[in-house]
Amino acid sequence: MFARAIERSTDPVEFSIDGRPVAARAGESLLVAMLTNTDHLRRHEFGGAPRAGFCLMGACQDCWVWLEDGDRVRACTTLVAARMRVRTTPPAIEGADNA
Amino acid sequence: MPDIVIVGAGPAGVRAAEALHAEGIRPILIDEGRQAGGQGYRAPPAGLPLDIARLMGSQAAKYHALHACFTALRDAIDYRPDTLVWAVHDQTLHVVSQGHAATLRFDALIVATGAMDRIIPMPGWTLPGVFTLGGAQVALKDQGCFIGRRIVFCGSSPLLSLAAAQYLDLGADIAAVCDTTPYREKLLAAPRLANDPGTVLRGLGYLRQLQRGGVPVLHGVGLVAIEGADRVEALMVRDRQGVEQRFTCDAVALGYGLKPETQLADLAGARFRYDGDVRMWLPSIDTDGRAGEKLYLAGDGSAIGGADAAEASGRLAAQAVLFDLGIGAAPNAALRRRVARLRRFQKGLAKAFAWPSAQMRTLGDDVMLCRCEAISIGEVRRAMNEVLGPIEVNRVKAITRCGMGRCQGRVCGPALQELVASHAGIAPEAAGRLRGQAPVKPIAMAVSATATRAES
Repeated sequence: MFARAIERSTDPVEFSIDGRPVAARAGESLLVAMLTNTDHLRRHEFGGAPRAGFCLMGACQDCWVWLEDGDRVRACTTLVAARMRVRTTPPAIEGADNA
Repeated sequence: MPDIVIVGAGPAGVRAAEALHAEGIRPILIDEGRQAGGQGYRAPPAGLPLDIARLMGSQAAKYHALHACFTALRDAIDYRPDTLVWAVHDQTLHVVSQGHAATLRFDALIVATGAMDRIIPMPGWTLPGVFTLGGAQVALKDQGCFIGRRIVFCGSSPLLSLAAAQYLDLGADIAAVCDTTPYREKLLAAPRLANDPGTVLRGLGYLRQLQRGGVPVLHGVGLVAIEGADRVEALMVRDRQGVEQRFTCDAVALGYGLKPETQLADLAGARFRYDGDVRMWLPSIDTDGRAGEKLYLAGDGSAIGGADAAEASGRLAAQAVLFDLGIGAAPNAALRRRVARLRRFQKGLAKAFAWPSAQMRTLGDDVMLCRCEAISIGEVRRAMNEVLGPIEVNRVKAITRCGMGRCQGRVCGPALQELVASHAGIAPEAAGRLRGQAPVKPIAMAVSATATRAES
């Protein structure tokens, strides 16, 4: 969804979205790292509609995503890190769906 | 030495810190961001070769001056980046940084928390690809990204043409700029804006730049809907002749001017008054920014005035703190006049680029109002229609959960105010004011538990 206007000179970073390996650049926000690879950040808790954040400045809280270790992070103010394993749905609910 | 804490390291917070430091004080400057500058003067992160001179044009010199000021100050003050203030009471701030909670007592508090876009909902506004106008600028300045591959800028704000021109200059594909304010309204406002011709001329310059770039610029349109299944596919507008036009796009930047971030000021005890000109509750401050016992407000977080007013009001608030503590002289009269003049100008702009409050009467029941809790406009109307249904915003929040989610009504608050007032048939101020609640932003349960233990 996002398009890079200015290329960064920083190192490549590999992380995963819902288990799928993807690439970003060091120094990118998790939101940008995700939205240059896919077109939403998360499924909404109520109704499951896709969301991709809104204000990009830490005010609207619409971009919280899940990490596989159970933590939640605000994607617009968190930097992407190597080997980060991000989920667009809560890990527990995903497990319940599979059961 | 008194403990003086400044919350927010944008132009207001940095200039306040500078003025305090000049009198021998070592203030604590708390920044939720990782680098000083706030939103407007945000510095690109290391490794992102952003051409500030090109992006900021005539404002680049002020940007560099503010960052030079902060660089000189940084080691002389107690600067705390990446730190969230989530509550204030009894002259104590509750902060959390990197998962660690702490409390911070103060003798004087300067709140300079800035502003965000004021939004009115429309069909499709929660689809992926719709971002605030400010957010579109952050994507560019902080991350070197466009919010999409083909973008519409819409709403009503002098920042619409600025943001679109910045995108265009860096090679973005802009489908259209759709301003809901008729061109005539903006012309009629011109005399009120004559005391700052520079800003008016800059705005006209951006419009010319867009027109030269072949971007359709529409004035006085109605925003009908953002269309798409799982993401933005098009924006439908109704032009001044009533003809519908559809712009294919994959991203929409939406904004209707700015609203101050007032939740911490609220928790710190500021009183509020309803400003009918801008249709917002604003904190009551005196000429120097005093808002209560040991509480001072500066920058766009108290009244929208723009970056120049923020710098001046930051200095002014610091002077007021020093004077009240018996350390400095009375605040500078010329500075007071400058802040007042700049804020009058911004108010003129806000009136020209009007917030289309009447839309809250006509929007359909199925349009989403509260993004956090997924509450539609219809749910609020139905709750109000009940026998003895609520006609006050805090009651509506308690019953419907609208405004109760993670953003604490930051996004839906202004629209909720208009909806409740129009549906009850009362004046907006009669519908009450959504009260701030701690935590003003989400904090992890584990952090909250540590903080409680530390206190007991």
